[in-house]
Amino acid sequence: MNETDKELLEKISEQTKEPISAYNIRKNGTCIDRKVSDYINIAAKEHGLEIYVKENTLFGIIHIPVIITQSGIKDIVYNDFHIGKNANVIIVAGCGIHNDDKHETSHSGIHRFFIAEGAKVKYIEKHYGEGSGNGKKILNPVTEIKMQKNSKMTINSVQIKGVDDTKRVTKATLYDGATLTINEKILTNNNQKAKSEFEIILDGLDASTHIVSRSVAIDKSYQEFASKVIGKTKCYGHVECDAIIKDEGMVRSIPEVFAQDTSANLIHEAAIGKIAGEELLKLMSLGLTEKEAEKVIIEEFLK
Amino acid sequence: MLELKNICFEQNGELILNNINLTFEDNKFYVITGPNGSGKSSLAKIIMGIYKPTSGVIIYNGHNITDKSITERAKLGFGYAFQTPTLFKGLTVWELLNIAKGKKISKKEACTFLSQVGLCAQKYLDRELNKSLSGGELKRIEIASIIAKNPAIAIFDEPEAGIDLWSFEHLTKIFKDMVLDKTTIVISHQERILKMADKVILLDKGTVKEVKKEDFLTKIANKECAKGE
Ligand SMILES: Nc1ncnc2c1ncn2[C@@H]1O[C@H](COP(=O)(O)OP(=O)(O)O)[C@@H](O)[C@H]1O
Ligand SMILES: [Mg+2]
Repeated sequence: MNETDKELLEKISEQTKEPISAYNIRKNGTCIDRKVSDYINIAAKEHGLEIYVKENTLFGIIHIPVIITQSGIKDIVYNDFHIGKNANVIIVAGCGIHNDDKHETSHSGIHRFFIAEGAKVKYIEKHYGEGSGNGKKILNPVTEIKMQKNSKMTINSVQIKGVDDTKRVTKATLYDGATLTINEKILTNNNQKAKSEFEIILDGLDASTHIVSRSVAIDKSYQEFASKVIGKTKCYGHVECDAIIKDEGMVRSIPEVFAQDTSANLIHEAAIGKIAGEELLKLMSLGLTEKEAEKVIIEEFLK
Repeated sequence: MLELKNICFEQNGELILNNINLTFEDNKFYVITGPNGSGKSSLAKIIMGIYKPTSGVIIYNGHNITDKSITERAKLGFGYAFQTPTLFKGLTVWELLNIAKGKKISKKEACTFLSQVGLCAQKYLDRELNKSLSGGELKRIEIASIIAKNPAIAIFDEPEAGIDLWSFEHLTKIFKDMVLDKTTIVISHQERILKMADKVILLDKGTVKEVKKEDFLTKIANKECAKGE
């Protein structure tokens, strides 16, 4: 691993209180380092990994970062996560692309989660692009989730910088008492495009989901947020899409909530607009310039 | 010393402030009162630079500051606690106090500003300035931001609104302390605050009606004069 690799890894990793229990580092399409533990096994399969977390595993911390430094690579990886009953794990995934050349470089992580009864998963995904070349940096993650009775999952996904094009698809089916929370943060600038698609099926009594998307579109960038929440029984779904646009940025929010039972309670809220004048005025009256105020407002909005 | 000379302010063809002439001396306590819609907040915003007067000049310590921006005025030592506190998405109380102070401060120091307005501090520092805070809490945080900023000219726009009795007692104390080294301008309908004033300014339909506190208080007592809300 060289300095660039280390810096890329740094950008997409996340400090945790507990030490890392198992990891797999993928660089330019191949595994360069792996560690497993008694409770967490990472096995290679064709074009991907099978990750097994044993029942009742506590404080399992799994890192599976992907970095790409070779311009022109089109990497696709299929990872399956099998989370055992009542296990409690944090999974830090993410992809960093360093592209110094003119070739389009992409990564698609197709992740499937099979979460057993009572298990708790926190999934952190960071996307980041850099490099001096004009070759596009593209990330297209797909996440498919099956959540058994009373399991819980929280997804924090962040894309702050340097990704030219991204399409994120998240699909989940939740059974009795399962809870899925998604916090998504995206900032796009220049001519970047980002699309995020959700389809959540609440198919169990008291299943619930809470999706919060906060995004900022600057310059001529474009974002699309399409969410579909289907409630098949007594359940709760809340989607909140909040976006700030600047310059010629555009954000499109396409909400769909589909209640198939009278006791399904589904809400979609979307608010898109420029930075509120009131917020600027307040910070300026405390001594910030307009530019400084704007910067603080955007940073805090995405924090 | 702050002087407003012949200030007029028009919005959509309507005259909101009509030829205002006022002088605010250093280390004095001024109360601006008057019915709703009489132009009190507009006047405060003109002093802060949020609104530009249609005509007239603003002189601060001998300098014409009429064309100075909000930021420049903030840096000159003006501070304004808004009548309606601003809601933010993401900004925390702690961040706001840092910005108000103009530098990174310790959590402990931030707490002292909050406790001055009667908020049990630690609990609030990491809260976002959004709807999850009550009106009274937001109002007190707004006041705390001005205490943290510690401006030479501090303007408070109806600080008592939404504040319970506790807090009212405390509030008057804050103003008393403040006057020691700054000009304090409070927009208020409260008799207790009016009584503390060195000078009361009554605004009515955009004009200054009267500046004699004693007369004014007698009028209030005789209910001859609108108290506002
Ligand atoms: N930005 C504005 N645009 C249009 N009208 C305004 C604006 N600000 C204030 N006004 C009007 O000016 C008048 C005085 O308002 P304001 O200064 O808020 O009064 P007060 O604070 O005394 O209640 C009101 O009629 C109000 O509707
Ligand atoms: Mg007002």
